[in-house]
Amino acid sequence: MSAVEFHSVTYRIGGRLILDNLTLSIEPGETLVLLGRSGSGKTTALRLINGMILPTSGEVRIGGKPTSQWDLVRLRRGIGYVIQEGGLFPHFTVARNVGLVPLLEGWRAEDIASRVSDLLDRVNLPARDYSRRFPRELSGGQRQRVGVARALAADPGILLFDEPFGALDPVTRLDLQREFLRLRADFGKTSVFVTHDVREAMKIATRIALLHGGRLAFLGPPGEFRQSPHPEARAFLDVLLESGPELNNAE
Amino acid sequence: MLSDVLQDLLDEGVGLLGEHLVLVLSAMLIASAIAIPAGVLLTSHPRGRRVALAIASIGQTIPSLALFGFLIPIPFIGGIGQHTAIVALVLYGLLPILRNTVTGILGVDIVVRDSALAMGMTRGQILRMVELPLAAPTIIAGLRIAAVTTVGTATIAAAIGAGGLGVFIFRGIASVDKLQILAGAIPAALLALAADGALGWLERKCAPR
Repeated sequence: MSAVEFHSVTYRIGGRLILDNLTLSIEPGETLVLLGRSGSGKTTALRLINGMILPTSGEVRIGGKPTSQWDLVRLRRGIGYVIQEGGLFPHFTVARNVGLVPLLEGWRAEDIASRVSDLLDRVNLPARDYSRRFPRELSGGQRQRVGVARALAADPGILLFDEPFGALDPVTRLDLQREFLRLRADFGKTSVFVTHDVREAMKIATRIALLHGGRLAFLGPPGEFRQSPHPEARAFLDVLLESGPELNNAE
Repeated sequence: MLSDVLQDLLDEGVGLLGEHLVLVLSAMLIASAIAIPAGVLLTSHPRGRRVALAIASIGQTIPSLALFGFLIPIPFIGGIGQHTAIVALVLYGLLPILRNTVTGILGVDIVVRDSALAMGMTRGQILRMVELPLAAPTIIAGLRIAAVTTVGTATIAAAIGAGGLGVFIFRGIASVDKLQILAGAIPAALLALAADGALGWLERKCAPR
């Protein structure tokens, strides 16, 4: 069974069509990148997965069950969510931020503590040095690592990333992209990743879903994306060509 | 001779200060118990919010002596004495607390609220663990404004027989006795400063590091 299924999903807000009849399946363990320009509907598609919004028509099924029938609190606790700047709670320490979902799930204090320190170590923020800090005492890249650790805390089946590295400098960004690939190899979670950066998409995707004006313009692995004749895909590939030599140097 | 006068003032003053504290503390407790929950509810009702804030603002424009007078003939809440004064003081305290509660909660970063929701927090958990703690410095700033004005306004409560430090002030005015006026005014001013200082300290302590 697919981890996430979009069945003829349309989403409108205030008469404006944001997603138009989207049908798409996301398989367990894959990293699906939703690529598109601003306003293409990619973030909307992401927020339909954890029930932050519900489809105007059609269904989004998680584990075979439509989001409209899920208890949304239960659904969201089983889906990790990482956003730009991490969305950390400014009044919580790093440890409390990371341990929040386990706390809500009623884990015992010592289990939370050991999970938190294990996760902080795995995102390269040694618990000894970082667990008592507050988000404002961290750099953008460190905040983002905490955001990833927080999303992983209660061992969710699915991870959602909403342009998580968008606000970072290029060097930190590259660092975190590599980290993402390493963590994916470690944890093997189903991931859905929103970005407008085609280089990022090519680097981390197992499949790319290109959205254009709320419609699916392309769906397939990065290798096929390079061959796509769709004008929107060509537009993104032009960006890749422009920055081609740079990309080669970076690798 | 003078020391006898001072001794009398001191003896009576301790009792009046106690009465004053009772007036201020009860009014503040009741006003907070109404305005903080009301402010929380109003954050999700924009229309109700405008109406409630307008009513509370108008309430504040009524001169305090007139408000005490208006309340006297009203059954149950009115009459002569402490409880009428407390009702009036509550009415004055509502606005700053209500306004600051609404402002504080609406001021919580939308990204933070969004990620709380996305992590599977319930409405109640978001309020308790995220919105109220982040709004706390603003809400306490509202309490601080309310406390300082209540200490001052409570001196007028003596006009309707509610006691407090205003007793010295009114008696001093009637008998042209500066010492009596000062015996009421100085402790009231010090009390206001103490309330301001204490709540200011609490406000800074609640601010996110």
